Amino acid sequence: MWDYSDKVKDHFFNPRNVGTIEDPDGLGEVGSLACGDALQLMFKLDKQGRIADVKFQTFGCGSAIAASSALTEMIKGKTIEQAQKVTNQDIADYLDGLPEQKMHCSVMGREALEAAIENYRTGKHVRRDAESKIICTCFGVTEGEIARVIRENGLSSVEQVTNYCKAGGGCGGCHSDIEAILQRLGAKEPAKAAAQKRPALGRRPRSLTNIKRMQLVQEIIDSQIRPALQRDGGDIELIDIDGARVLVALRGMCSQCPAAGVTLEQWVQAKLREFVDENISVEEARE
Amino acid sequence: MRTVYLDNNATTAVAPEVFEAMGPYFGPEYGNPSSIHTFGGKLAARVEQAREQVATLINADPSEIIFTSCGTESDSAAIHGTLESSPAKRHIITTRVEHPAVRGLCQHLAEQGYRVTELSVDRQGLLDLDELTDALTPETALVSIMWANNETGVLFPIDRIAQMVKSAGAVLHTDAVQAAGKEPLDMSKVPVDLLSISGHKLHAPKGIGVLYVRRGTRLTPLLIGGHQERGRRAGTENVPYIIGLGKACELAHQDFDSERAHIRRLRDKLEDALLSKCPGSVLNGHKTQRLVNTSSISIEYIEGEAILLLLDRLGICASSGSACTSGSLEPSHVLRAMGVPFTMAHGSIRFSLSRYNTDEDVDYVIEHMPGIIQRLRDISPFGRNKAEKVSAKKP
Repeated sequence: MWDYSDKVKDHFFNPRNVGTIEDPDGLGEVGSLACGDALQLMFKLDKQGRIADVKFQTFGCGSAIAASSALTEMIKGKTIEQAQKVTNQDIADYLDGLPEQKMHCSVMGREALEAAIENYRTGKHVRRDAESKIICTCFGVTEGEIARVIRENGLSSVEQVTNYCKAGGGCGGCHSDIEAILQRLGAKEPAKAAAQKRPALGRRPRSLTNIKRMQLVQEIIDSQIRPALQRDGGDIELIDIDGARVLVALRGMCSQCPAAGVTLEQWVQAKLREFVDENISVEEARE
Repeated sequence: MRTVYLDNNATTAVAPEVFEAMGPYFGPEYGNPSSIHTFGGKLAARVEQAREQVATLINADPSEIIFTSCGTESDSAAIHGTLESSPAKRHIITTRVEHPAVRGLCQHLAEQGYRVTELSVDRQGLLDLDELTDALTPETALVSIMWANNETGVLFPIDRIAQMVKSAGAVLHTDAVQAAGKEPLDMSKVPVDLLSISGHKLHAPKGIGVLYVRRGTRLTPLLIGGHQERGRRAGTENVPYIIGLGKACELAHQDFDSERAHIRRLRDKLEDALLSKCPGSVLNGHKTQRLVNTSSISIEYIEGEAILLLLDRLGICASSGSACTSGSLEPSHVLRAMGVPFTMAHGSIRFSLSRYNTDEDVDYVIEHMPGIIQRLRDISPFGRNKAEKVSAKKP
C-alpha cells in the first residue's frame, strides 16, 4: 500500500476541476495509454489574462489524478507568467509530498502545463521536445527531459531518474546512457547509482548458434521493439527465423501504417543488426 | 465498515479450526519433538499426524512430505537441490508467467551461467506443449512449471507435462501454491517429482510450507545441519504451524467438492455480472481451464490502482496487475506474457475467493463496481471515441 498523504487522498477521492472546456485558450496533452498514465489539461483566460477556468482529464493511478487536480487548483487565477513558474516539486509540495516512486506524476503535471502554455502561445500541439534524442525507448523519454528532471530535482541516481520521469523503468537497456547524463551534469556520487534492476543488454556477441540467435532476436523484440510499437497502438509478432532471415507480422495500428516498410527496415532491422547480428534481414510475413 | 475479502490468492484467513488446533503448542506443549523425554518427544507423533494429513490431501506417502518455512523456500529447495544433485546438466526450462519465487530464482541462475528457457503463453495464458518438446534436451536438469497461475488462475496440464519431462530424463518441479486445496492433486496419478505448497494460501498461517519429494528423487538439501525431516531440511520443526497446516489440509480434503462448487458459483456470479455491467471489460485467461476461485478482469481506459483505492474505501479487498500497484512502471509480467495490450493490462483487477465468501459479499461488489468504473472513466481522457485522441508518437 502506498503511503499517500491526506491531501493526495482528498484530491483523488474528490478531484477538482474534472472535465473539458469548449474552445480552450490552451490545451496540453502528455502521456499515453501504453505508459499507464496520461493527462489532458485545458484552460481559458479572462480579460486580464488570468487563468479563469481550468479543467483536466487523467488516466492513471491515485497520485496521477491527485497531482492533476492539485495543479488545476494551483494555477487558477494566475497569469500565464505566474503559472509558468510552477515546478513539479511545487505540485508535490502542495500535496504534502508524494512517494518517491510516484514523483513522475508531478512531472507529468508540469509537462502538461507547459504543453498547454505552448499551445496558447503558438497554437501548436507540442507534445515533447522533439529535437532531443530518445534515451529510454520503453517509455519514450528524451535526453532533454531526463536532463531537466535531474537539474530541477537535484537527482543523483538512475533509480531516482526512473522515479521522476520513468526513463530506465522498462528493459533497463538505457541505464548506462542515463548514468552518462548524470555524470555530465555533475551529479553527486554517480557510482552509487549503479544499482541497476537488470543488467543492460550487451552489444552484439561475436559468433552465434542458431538457437542463441533466435533467443536474442526474441529478446530484443520483446524488450525493445514491441514496447515502442505498442505505445503507438501497434504491435509486432515474430513469425519465424530462418538463419539470418527474420519474418515478422505487424499488428494493430502498424498493420495499416503507410510507414510500416520504413519502420521495419530502418528501425526493427537496424535494432536487430545492432544487438544480434549484422547480417539479419527483416521481412514482413504475408498471411 | 464491513470488509469483503476477495484477495485469497494473496493470502487467506486462518481457519478457526486451525487456530484452535495450534493453540496448545504455543502454550503448555512447547517441547522439541527431537527430545528423548516424553514431554518433547511425544510431539513427534503430532508432527507425523500432520504429515499424514498433508499427504492425504495430495494422495502421496507421508515420507514424501517435507515441511518448510514457506512456498518460496519450497521452490528454492526444489530448484537448487535438483541442480546441485546433477551438476553436469546446466539447462532449466520454466515459463514466462511463473511466480517471482521461481522466475526470479531462474533469472538469478541465468546470471550464474545456467541456460534458462522460458516457455511462452498464448493470449489465453496457455502453453504450447510443442515448445516444451523442442526445448527439452539431454542437458535439461530441471523443468519448473506452475500448476495454477496466481494472477489469472489458468491451469497448466501438469499431467501431460510430467509425462514429457519424465521421458526426456529431466526432473519436474511444480509450484502448486495456488492449486493446493483448490484443485485435485493426486501424486499417485501425476508423476511430478517435486511440488511446492504454501500454508497461508489454504487457511493455515503464514510461515509454513511443504515440499513434496517423490520417493527416489535426488535432492541436495538447502538447509544442512540437524537431522530433522530425515536430514532433508535441517532446523527444529515449527510444531504449532506444522500442526496448523495439517489441520488446514484435513479441512480442505474433507469438504473438497462442496467447497469448490460453492466458490465456483460465487466466482461465476461475480464475473458474469461484472463483465456484463462494466462496458469495455474482458476476462484475462482461459475461461474454463482455470482455478474455480480466480477472476482476472481488465477494464479499458482506467488504471488498476485507482480502482483498488476506490474499492478499498468500501472495504473491498482485491488486487491488480497494474504497474502502479507494484512499484514498478510496467504492468504484470503475466499479462504482458499473454500479450494483453498495455491499455488493458494497466486496468486489470483480480478477485480471488475462498470458502468464507458469501452471496452478500459478491452482491456488494456487483453493486458498487460499475459506479467506480464510471467515475474513473469520467475522469479519464480516453474511452469511447476519445481513444485515439492522445496517441501518435513514432519511435
